[in-house]
Amino acid sequence: MAEWEVVKPKNKAVGWFEERLPVLSLVNNVVGPATPTPRNLNYFWNFGSLAGLMLVIQIISGVVLAMHYAATTGLAFDSVERIMRDVNYGWLIRYMHANGASFFFIAVYIHIFRGLYFGSYKAPREVLWMLGVVIFLLMMATAFMGYVLPWGQMSFWGATVITSLFSAIPVVGESIVQLLWGGFSVDNPTLNRFFSLHYLLPFVITGVVILHIWAKKISDSGNPLGIEVQSGADQIPFHPFYTIKDAFGAGVFFFILAAFIFFMPNALGHPDNYIPADSLVTPDSIVPEWYFLPFYAILRSVDFPLGIPGVIEILDAKLLGVIAMFASILVWLALPWLDTSKVRSGNFRPMFKWFFAFLVVDMFILMWLGAQKPEGNIPLYGKFATLYYFAYFFVVLPVLSRKEKTLPLPDSISSAVLKPAE
Amino acid sequence: MKFIKNITVALGLSVMALSGASAAGTAEHPLQVDWSFNGPLGKFDLAAAQRGWQVYKQVCSSCHGLKYFRFRNLADIGYDEAQIKAMAAEYEVAGEVDEYGDETVRSALPQDVFPAPFANDNAARSANGGALPPDLSLMIKARHDGANYMFSLLTGYGDAPAGFDLSEGMNYNPYFKGGQIAMVEPLAEGLVEYEDGTPATPEQMAKDVVQFLQYVAEPSLEARHEMGIKVLLFLLVLTILLYISMKIIWKPVKAGKNFYEK
Repeated sequence: MAEWEVVKPKNKAVGWFEERLPVLSLVNNVVGPATPTPRNLNYFWNFGSLAGLMLVIQIISGVVLAMHYAATTGLAFDSVERIMRDVNYGWLIRYMHANGASFFFIAVYIHIFRGLYFGSYKAPREVLWMLGVVIFLLMMATAFMGYVLPWGQMSFWGATVITSLFSAIPVVGESIVQLLWGGFSVDNPTLNRFFSLHYLLPFVITGVVILHIWAKKISDSGNPLGIEVQSGADQIPFHPFYTIKDAFGAGVFFFILAAFIFFMPNALGHPDNYIPADSLVTPDSIVPEWYFLPFYAILRSVDFPLGIPGVIEILDAKLLGVIAMFASILVWLALPWLDTSKVRSGNFRPMFKWFFAFLVVDMFILMWLGAQKPEGNIPLYGKFATLYYFAYFFVVLPVLSRKEKTLPLPDSISSAVLKPAE
Repeated sequence: MKFIKNITVALGLSVMALSGASAAGTAEHPLQVDWSFNGPLGKFDLAAAQRGWQVYKQVCSSCHGLKYFRFRNLADIGYDEAQIKAMAAEYEVAGEVDEYGDETVRSALPQDVFPAPFANDNAARSANGGALPPDLSLMIKARHDGANYMFSLLTGYGDAPAGFDLSEGMNYNPYFKGGQIAMVEPLAEGLVEYEDGTPATPEQMAKDVVQFLQYVAEPSLEARHEMGIKVLLFLLVLTILLYISMKIIWKPVKAGKNFYEK
């Protein structure tokens, strides 16, 4: 960790306050001029601050929506339509929030996969990485409950399918489901508690984000070369260099987000959610939001029990599927111990590079599969894609850690990125 | 017993989702129409939307409600206040309870919702051979490719091909899921007499009513497009300025300056 640099404001009043609560020093040392940062961060390093910005946008737009939303089954759908029609700029706020959720996930997925490629989970950043996984899990819970709130057909049936998954847990499963539902089916109590939790969790996320940034401050940013900072020549102050670079990235990102909000606001949603929830009519296919699809595909692909056929069944198919789905994310927590290669950056790992590229392709394949009806060859493809996903973490990474011949690392960041003086 | 049924439905459903039983009928892809509201600069065709309102009022509204639509919304498709008041006054809605506690009826006012054709879903079903005519307020947004879908559906009626198993009381329509729909063909040549003299062909009426229902489903569409162009232009200029600033600020870094050691 870099030295903590205290700010001494010239203004007496500000100085008086700063002595008692050093906010300026905090900012200065986290994103300010006193924050030495590797000089070679590429654009993939923009997505952390972008995710933070999206969190802020989601909280602000969400708080405003909550002022007009009625969390009761008889009024939820109508209140959303009231927001769309009669609340001043309600349509804008709601489309910002709905598309903002998708773009929050886009930023976070890129952030996570940047970490996977550049080895951001390796020592000394294990806790930083694991806090990130916790944030992602909280985001998934928040997004899922948020999607239930408009109380459309997809809200209702999505909630029914996903909450019912917990019934696969032995002994306590049924009780958990009843607790989630607040009764014996998805109904008013479910909607009410989902609204309450949907409002709460973003602030829990904010708390974990603060820990995440704290851990980043302790271990410092990684960098695309994956080697440690050795001298001042390797670093530049965060402000103004990365603040302006992040601002430029935010401009590009918001341009794309705005294109969705204003010109295709429903492209990422499902038309069925404009039909009010009806417990008597099941939609043709129940599809989760796009950002859940890879994990949903894994859930559906594991449709076989664990055990020896005809002899013993250790886990039934449904439970195994649910375990696979959760394991597909929880395995990230174990990454620092699965990938023990000393080389962090994928740039210097000629074989890893290919397996990683295929993991990215595999995620897109899983995403596509998750949106298909499980007919014909789709379940079979799903099994292969799921197999590769787990093989990457449990076989490829441990084996590569031992066998791979990595490329020589540069001596320092500055020697690698700066042209030799003439 | 209700909860047992609910649990069974929920579990059955998740098993279905997991194991992959699916029984959805297929439908033909809708015809593609070049709508005035398509694209980033798209706007409603007000004359068409007004004609569509007439079609809705005289044809669709006998079975289909429009529960999120209020008479005052007609201002957005080009009617003035006096016209709106007059149009609303043609309908009766439930009024306040009178001093004796009895229900009253009064003429509709601009702030009223367009009156529903049936008192409730059961009344609607019993009047329509068991089928429930859906509310049309959000129909365009509640279907994939909604505007084209509705146009295709309204003009897509025809005789069932040989061998098609058409159920009793159903009508053949390839654009509807499963190829058969309870609604009889609603549009026929000259069914309405347009106030602006446009010939009322079924295709014309279908296009007009889609314009109107697109407006009802998404009243903010024009405001959204107008604001969107401004926001994108602003972000474009801002992003270019940020890019140039970045290039200038980063010059010493690119030149290899060491900020920490001399």
